Amino acid sequence: MKHLDEYRDPVLARKLITEIHRITTRPWTLMEVCGGQTHTIVKQGIDEALPEGVRMIHGPGCPVCVTPLEQIDKALAIAARPDVIFTSYGDMLRVPGSTTDLLALKARGADVRIVYSPLDALKIAVANPDKEVVFFAVGFETTAPANATAVAEAARRGIDNFSVLVSHVLVPPAMVALLESPANQVQSFLAAGHVCAVMGWTEYEPIAAKYRVPIVVTGFEPLDLLEGILMAIRQLEEGRHEVENQYARAVKREGVPLAQQQIFDVFEIGARKWRGIGEIPASGYRLRANYARFDAESRFSVGDIHTQEHPACIAGAILTGEKTPLDCTAYGTLCNPQKPLGAPMVSSEGTCAAFFSAGRGLGGLRTLSPAMPLLQVAPIAPARQPDTAEAAR
Amino acid sequence: MGKVDFGGVRKDACLAYIPEVQLGDYVIIHVGFAISRVDEDEALKTLEILAQMGDLVQTELATMGPGMDAPAVVSDDDEPVSGVFATPATGAPGGRA
Repeated sequence: MKHLDEYRDPVLARKLITEIHRITTRPWTLMEVCGGQTHTIVKQGIDEALPEGVRMIHGPGCPVCVTPLEQIDKALAIAARPDVIFTSYGDMLRVPGSTTDLLALKARGADVRIVYSPLDALKIAVANPDKEVVFFAVGFETTAPANATAVAEAARRGIDNFSVLVSHVLVPPAMVALLESPANQVQSFLAAGHVCAVMGWTEYEPIAAKYRVPIVVTGFEPLDLLEGILMAIRQLEEGRHEVENQYARAVKREGVPLAQQQIFDVFEIGARKWRGIGEIPASGYRLRANYARFDAESRFSVGDIHTQEHPACIAGAILTGEKTPLDCTAYGTLCNPQKPLGAPMVSSEGTCAAFFSAGRGLGGLRTLSPAMPLLQVAPIAPARQPDTAEAAR
Repeated sequence: MGKVDFGGVRKDACLAYIPEVQLGDYVIIHVGFAISRVDEDEALKTLEILAQMGDLVQTELATMGPGMDAPAVVSDDDEPVSGVFATPATGAPGGRA
C-alpha cells in the first residue's frame, strides 16, 4: 500500500542501521513511549540490531496496561448489573480484574459488547432505551477526541441512558514522572506519533529543555522507528536536547486543533492513577461539570472499590522499564496471552505480549536473533522467523 | 462521516476534525475517527533522504513484516476513489453521525 510498504523497505532499514552504528560512540538508553512502537521494535528485532550499549526501554504507552485495577473492577461491577449493556474496545475484555475479567462475565450472561468506535456505543443506547449503556472510555490522547465526541453527541441528542466510565491518561505527565524518578535511566524519548498527531508537540518542548532530553516524534513502521532512533542518538552524541519530528507525514507542530477543541469541551485535566506506577498529578482527563451526568462512576455508585494485584506479577516494574519480562518468574509459565496475570500480557501492545509473540525467552523458540541478518553484508537466506501471533490467527 | 478503505475493507469514519480532507487522501484512523491526513510530500521527502543516506548494502532482507497502524484511503462505496472516474464522497467531509 502507498506510504506503507516504502516504510518497511529492508534495504533502507539496513542503511539506517549502518548509519546508527556509524555515529554511535557511547552507550545510550532510549525509551519508545507507545506500545505500538514496542510491538514493531520487538517483532522486527530492531532493539537487537542496535549497537552494543544502546538500549531500548519499553515505555508505558499501552492504554490497556496502565488502566488501573480499580477501574477494571468498577467496570466489572457495572457490567454485572442486569439493567446494563457494557460496551468497550475489544482489548479491555481480557484484562484481569481482582477476581475475573469482562469476557468471563460475558460468558456468565452479562451483556458485554465490543465496539469499534464509541459512536457504536451511542447507537446501542439509542436502540435500547430501556437499558443503561455504559462505554469504557480508556486510552491516551488518541482516543480522547472520539470519546469526547460520543459524550458531546449524547448531550446534544439527549441520549440519557448513555454514560462513560472514564480512564483517560496523558503522555507528557507520565514522561515527567519517569524523568523525576531517582531510578530513571532514560536519556531520550521517541514520542508517540499518533498522540502527537492529535496534540502536536508544543507540550514536549519545555520537557526537552528542562530535563535536557532529546525527544523525537516517531511513527510506527520499521523505518520510522529506525530513523527516530538515529535522530535521537544523533542529538545525544551532539549534546543537543530538542524536540524533532521524524513523523512529518502525519504530525504537525500544532496537532489537530478541532480535535483538541472537542477534547477540552468535554474533558478537563485531573489526577489519574496508572496501573503499576501509581497516581500522577494532572495526568488524565475527567468529565467537566456540565457533562457530569454522563459519569458512570457516580451513576452506578462504584467509587468505593478496593483492589489487589496478583502477587507474582511485576507489571509495574515492566511499565517503568526497570525490569523486562525475562526478569519475571511468571512470564511464559503462570502467565501467557491465553491466561494473562497482568495487563502487559493482555494487549498486543503490552511489553510482555510483544516478547511472547516474538518468542523471546521461551526455550529457544528463536535461537537465531531475527536482527542478525540486518547486519550481515553477504546474501542471506530468507530468515523469516515463525510468528506465533500470526500463526495463531 | 465518510467512507475509508483499509486496503480493501471499507468502513465509516468521522472526518470532522480534518475538514480539509479530500477524496483519495490517505488518513490515519483511530477508533473510527480520522486523526491525521497523511502528507504525501512529506512522506516522499523522508524516503528520499533515507534513500540518499549511505549506499553500503544492497542485499535484500526477508525479515520485515507488517507493522501496526495502517493508513487508510478516503473513498466511497462503489465509485473509483481517485483518477478521472472519481466522484465526490457521498458523506460530506466534516459531517457528523
